[in-house]
Amino acid sequence: MAMAQALPDDGVMRAADGTPLKVALARAERREKLKAMALVAPLFAFIIFSFVVPILIMLWNAVYDPDVSQNMPQTIQALKSWDGKDLPSEEVYAAFVADMKEAQKNKQTALIGKRLNYEMSGIRSKVVATGRKAATIEAGPYKDQVIAIDKVWGDPDTWATIKRSSSAYTPFYVLSMMDLRQNPDGHVEAVPADRAIYRSILVRTLGISLFVTLMTLLLGYPVAYLLATSPQKTASIMMMFVLLPFWTSLLVRTTAWMVLMQDGGVFAGMMHFTGITWFLNLIGALNGEPQLFKTRFATIVAMTHIQLPFTLLPIYSVMKTISPTYMRAAKSLGGTPFYSFVRVYVPQTLPGVAAGCLLTFILCLGYYITPALVGGPTDQMISGFIERSINSENNWGKASALGVILLTATLILYYVYNKLVGIDRMKLG
Amino acid sequence: MKKFATLFGAALLAGSALGAVQAYAADDLTITSWGGAYQESQRNAFFKPFVDAGNKVTEAEYNGEIAKVRAMVEAKAVTWDVVDVDTQTALAGCAEGAFETIDWGKLGLDKSKFIGGDVTDCAVPNILYSTVAAYDTSKTKDPANLFEALYDTAKFPGKRALQKSPFVNLEWALMADGVAPEDVYKVLGTDEGVERAFKKLDTIKKDVIWWESGAQGPQLLADGQVVFATSWNGRFYNAIKTDKKPFKIIWDRQAPDWDWWAIPKGTPKLDGAYRFIAFASDPQRMADQTKWISYGPANKDAAPKIDPAILPDLPSAPDNLKTVFYPDPTFWGDKGDELRERFNAWLAQ
Repeated sequence: MAMAQALPDDGVMRAADGTPLKVALARAERREKLKAMALVAPLFAFIIFSFVVPILIMLWNAVYDPDVSQNMPQTIQALKSWDGKDLPSEEVYAAFVADMKEAQKNKQTALIGKRLNYEMSGIRSKVVATGRKAATIEAGPYKDQVIAIDKVWGDPDTWATIKRSSSAYTPFYVLSMMDLRQNPDGHVEAVPADRAIYRSILVRTLGISLFVTLMTLLLGYPVAYLLATSPQKTASIMMMFVLLPFWTSLLVRTTAWMVLMQDGGVFAGMMHFTGITWFLNLIGALNGEPQLFKTRFATIVAMTHIQLPFTLLPIYSVMKTISPTYMRAAKSLGGTPFYSFVRVYVPQTLPGVAAGCLLTFILCLGYYITPALVGGPTDQMISGFIERSINSENNWGKASALGVILLTATLILYYVYNKLVGIDRMKLG
Repeated sequence: MKKFATLFGAALLAGSALGAVQAYAADDLTITSWGGAYQESQRNAFFKPFVDAGNKVTEAEYNGEIAKVRAMVEAKAVTWDVVDVDTQTALAGCAEGAFETIDWGKLGLDKSKFIGGDVTDCAVPNILYSTVAAYDTSKTKDPANLFEALYDTAKFPGKRALQKSPFVNLEWALMADGVAPEDVYKVLGTDEGVERAFKKLDTIKKDVIWWESGAQGPQLLADGQVVFATSWNGRFYNAIKTDKKPFKIIWDRQAPDWDWWAIPKGTPKLDGAYRFIAFASDPQRMADQTKWISYGPANKDAAPKIDPAILPDLPSAPDNLKTVFYPDPTFWGDKGDELRERFNAWLAQ
């Protein structure tokens, strides 16, 4: 009742200086919030510039494609009135010759050709040759002269492709990374089998990642248990064996695997010495010496080795928090050691297992250097193809589209994981 | 605090003054080549003397990826000033505006003195090299010809090291499949021909280790990882002469080509690039280069100055030319991109 007497007539609580308490509180809170925001601002800015902006640029690059629209402006303008059935009119050919002359002067014909070639295989060299010859065309009528240079210009499909490429935005790259393409009518269809590689690369990437994750779990879980249950002194020594490789550079470890896995190298030598080679030859699983280098086997072994601590450490830190009393209680209630372990201990470690596996799986999806060095051409994962599109094919659209596919796959996995396990249940330590 | 500020300011001032002086003295030229023994020979014959003449050179290496040059030019951030390119790259890069057009007057050189000087107007011929196969005579018996070496896995079991590129590999595949050398490009110009070449490559696909830098071929051979390796003839020569490896080059169907100096379009050090190319095209220096690698100089004036002892090791030696196959650089300049993409897809399958 003493409180009620302190209330002024209007029923509003006030601070010492007379401002309403609500306002004063909000003010103080805002100050605190601003301070907190100022503390995270550098990180926030860093993430925006180093993470969000590049990803947005990548998404944009996957659909932005100005090569044709920039270099053939007149042709595209003229093609607007074309009905798409018969060959375009004389006007279009005149515009085309003007564009090609300009492109030839600026040495852009190969760029146009390269872009059109993504959709019409073999046209690049024809565009370049046409560019050279178009420069000599003095006067109209242009139609017959252009078709005389190469009969590809007498095919309505060619013009349909140009018309379709005329927008600066195209679904082409993203489609082709799913082994799809637009046919000249604009319908989506599957690409020919000899070019269809990207779906299998995605499946391969997911498959290798899943397998490596399982292997690290299988190998890491017992070790984590041993570490968590051993006496402090022994555990810290064993921990060094886990952490030392963890602190070694990924490149160094991959290079070490290259040496170990070489034909006639340490690994093959050990297989020979222990009689495994002899045995495998006996049962017909092997013919002569094993060839491990540049194989899927080498890739998976090296990746498992590198990823092992990433799976192990979260599991270990969760196991450390599990009190031994649970197991004692289970046993005292009549559970066999195995039954108690499976029904009482393992469920408590699941948040750590989930965290470790998700971490390893997502890191595996982006692996580049290890498959490149110890794997063969058929063991390369998506990142390897991103590198190749940039460094060997100069195809940034394709590289970006592959990046988008990888990002989407990761997000979908994260979503599914969140639905199944719940991200709040994940424990990294 | 004040003292610190003064010191800091002085250091800044000194730093900027030093930087200014250096920038004035000489452009720091970035020259990119193919690494390994080849770049070593260029270092000895051109880069070191050029630096001694008061210039600055930063070396870079690549494996012939024209995409890297294009990306620089497109981004208008050219950091390579001179690049050593092969012919197809010179032609493709020229068609796409990735290289400067060469002003021979500015170079002070006579184009007609250079073998292949008029093949492209974007590059200056530098050396003549050849893609060849080789083997270790202490481990492998002499093959009857190139195709037995590469494709007869029954007679020569074991792996082969080939360049991770369709260039020359497709031509050799067709010839191994029975196409006459003079018809190779007619066949390869058709879709069926390309299919045929890949079908032939399919027969050895599981027996191939693909290399990307020129030093890898001889290395794989030296390590006993492969029975036959392809590379550029100078790389094998270097392994034989310098490292005393018992290698033997198969000159059958050797595929000669040029290397060129090209200038990526838009380099801020254009004058320096010209000065370097003129410097490296000097007949005596070009002849000197053969002391370290067995490539033929492109400057005709250099020929009489070459040490006769090396002549039998050059691709142009009469004995080596008996069954030569000349690749068509124009074909690759036009079709290289398509075939590289097709090749990459084939590799991944």
